Amino acid sequence: MIIFLNGEEHQIEAGTNVTTLVSSLVADPRGVAIERNRMIVMKSQWDQTILAEGDQLEFVQFVGGG
Amino acid sequence: MAGRTFKSRLIIGTGKYRDYAQNAAAAEAAGVEIVTVAVRRVNLSDPNQPRLTDFVDPKRYTFLPNTAGCFTAEDALRTLRLAREAGGWSLVKLEVLSDQKTLYPDMIETLEATKVLVKEGFDVMVYCTDDPVFARRLEDAGACAIMPLGAPIGSGLGIQNPVNIRLIVEAARVPVLVDAGVGTASEAAIAMELGCDGVLMNTAIAEAKDPIRMARAMKHAVLAGRDAYLAGRMGRKRYADPSSPLAGLI
Repeated sequence: MIIFLNGEEHQIEAGTNVTTLVSSLVADPRGVAIERNRMIVMKSQWDQTILAEGDQLEFVQFVGGG
Repeated sequence: MAGRTFKSRLIIGTGKYRDYAQNAAAAEAAGVEIVTVAVRRVNLSDPNQPRLTDFVDPKRYTFLPNTAGCFTAEDALRTLRLAREAGGWSLVKLEVLSDQKTLYPDMIETLEATKVLVKEGFDVMVYCTDDPVFARRLEDAGACAIMPLGAPIGSGLGIQNPVNIRLIVEAARVPVLVDAGVGTASEAAIAMELGCDGVLMNTAIAEAKDPIRMARAMKHAVLAGRDAYLAGRMGRKRYADPSSPLAGLI
């Protein structure tokens, strides 16, 4: 199924949870915050959050800035 | 500030440097304890990109998440809620900008966002205009620090309105930091001589020909300015006043 990750289409298997998706894409998930359909998914909820078709996800972290 | 004690009165940004290594060296030379950071999408296409935290250690420096690039209260709130989730702490810097040309703060949006953030338990340092009335409103709304601009962000024009900065300092019961506009060390000293509690800057260091040396200059300027403020400057006179005694002149 298709989700939207940081604005781009992304193919995942049905039933994928947030933890699985994160670990497939990010080497070190510390410092990563996730928003799903404009709602923050706290780290403690990553395991139990099963993604759905069309979900809009944002993965963000701290970068250099003023 | 926000119940915490910092020894350095200088805060620097982590943008515009040649690379994160230079940024880390500048932070070291500036002797800072707080650095501002931005919240941006994780680069998923190139996971080997250097990461800020590999160079600037969040255990050593307090990361101050900033809302640079936000033009509405809603965007700023979204960014800082994500920042709190990413970092796990509540001390943040709010800035809500009005237009790309001036990056001048939109104070209506800024005040609204401050109220919401304070209600949600954030400690909010607020970038603002040098308007003493709005500064007071922000403080009444619960801002933990007031941060008026000296001049537009990245302009390096120096402290354009020292009278207003002074008025804000005199009235404030929370720390006041000049945020934006400082271009060189003397301007940081001027901000401190006006009685500011600190200075926040990015471009003045990052775009200096030798950023590390400028970082060090800024450290000294902030210390010198603070001491000069506390020492109390002499009065200004219209004419000369000799330093050597007139008595005993041969």
